[in-house]
Amino acid sequence: MKYVDEFRDPEKAAALLAAIRELTQSVVRELRRPLHIMEVCGGHTHTIFRYGIANMLPAEIELVHGPGCPVCVLPMGQVDDCVAIAETPGVIFTTFGDAMRVPGSRKSLLQAKAEGADVRMVYSPLDALAIARDNPKREVVFFGLGFETTMPSTALTVLQAEAEGIVNFSLFCNHITIVPTIKAILDSPDLRIDAFLGPGHVSMVIGTTPYEFIARHYRRPLVVAGFEPLDILHSIWLVLKQMNEGRCEIENQYGRIAPAEGNPAALHAIAQVFELREFFEWRGLGSIDHSGVRMRAPYARYDAERKFALPALHIADPKSCQCGEVLKGVIKPWQCKVFGTACTPETPLGALMVSSEGACAAYYQYGDLEGLRSKRAADAA
Amino acid sequence: MCLGIPGQIVAITDARRKLATVDVAGVKREINVSCIIGERAVEDCVGDWVLVHVGFAMSVIDEQQAMETLRILTELGEAQQEIAAMRGSGRT
Repeated sequence: MKYVDEFRDPEKAAALLAAIRELTQSVVRELRRPLHIMEVCGGHTHTIFRYGIANMLPAEIELVHGPGCPVCVLPMGQVDDCVAIAETPGVIFTTFGDAMRVPGSRKSLLQAKAEGADVRMVYSPLDALAIARDNPKREVVFFGLGFETTMPSTALTVLQAEAEGIVNFSLFCNHITIVPTIKAILDSPDLRIDAFLGPGHVSMVIGTTPYEFIARHYRRPLVVAGFEPLDILHSIWLVLKQMNEGRCEIENQYGRIAPAEGNPAALHAIAQVFELREFFEWRGLGSIDHSGVRMRAPYARYDAERKFALPALHIADPKSCQCGEVLKGVIKPWQCKVFGTACTPETPLGALMVSSEGACAAYYQYGDLEGLRSKRAADAA
Repeated sequence: MCLGIPGQIVAITDARRKLATVDVAGVKREINVSCIIGERAVEDCVGDWVLVHVGFAMSVIDEQQAMETLRILTELGEAQQEIAAMRGSGRT
């Protein structure tokens, strides 16, 4: 596949790893402790696990998995609201596949579907709009989640609905913003992150300027990274190069797809349809200011929050869950008390075990479970 | 949610609604091209390599930058081989 295979070339990977090993020696000699590099984005976590990248790196580099997985940070209360909408008579509830198995306080969307609710998985919000077009007597709701990556597609779909005069369509808007997320990580007293791999597809939309404060005020390098294994390795190499040379900059490794200025048409659509919420609730991380968006008043008739009476309750995570600590990178998934035992992909307690981008699901799928369990037992002893 | 995939626009299906057919490794799908048209006519998008994400073309892939990135990585590989050869030759 063009633009994919070239960035999976094993020879170039070997060369990058050799270069990374050299630079690591130099950087760690100065620092005299391991390096913590956080990849913010769930898509990066997925690549890292799929290709075993963490195991290829020198031991002195620790990759910390960040909270950039929109499904993982869905609080139970939000899932309950989805279920409430889905169980309203006449509603067709449409969603990306990942969100269907996240547990709510009573059930997931998949369980609601099994009990008779009309819940349908879609690939694109445009598919949800097509369902509304084809079913004029039913109320179709699209569950809009994701960071700025998916905001344009949701916004453009709402604008398309308006242009066509479609009235039986609405959006349950759960989009979140990346900058407050990264800032919450930087401000967290539990964490010591030396540098970041920045989210490639969020940057495709918002550009690289929004991250300037990370280099300027927090003095941490950030390299916007692509999603193939060579992109990740190249970005790690660029981070090390910065640290070795005493630089602290926002760099863009993913220039072939993410332009520095972002995407003007996408940003325009977002600005038309959405506005920032004062605060928004995240699973495990609590409430973060300005971290979510809602629909602007002119689009009220496409806003599911206004169309439906929602429980909108704050539901605390189960006591056994340590989702928050994993999301912030304070503990590794296998260090969670219920990882692999009460919480598995078949019986998830939290969203990180459900999402294809979740750290827990990735460890479960690609990791050495026996080894991890022994390690956890040994640590506890 | 972050997973996007490169594909090539092969036809315009609905100019007014900005819809096109994209070919991703032989699989064809209808996508929206609003985000990548810019000042151009919709028809001018045919042939573009784009990053497709949840049914929308979100970026035209910059061939120059892709080549440049690969060139950097190839040079890095050559430099590493040089260094390894120097070490391997054993004379300090």
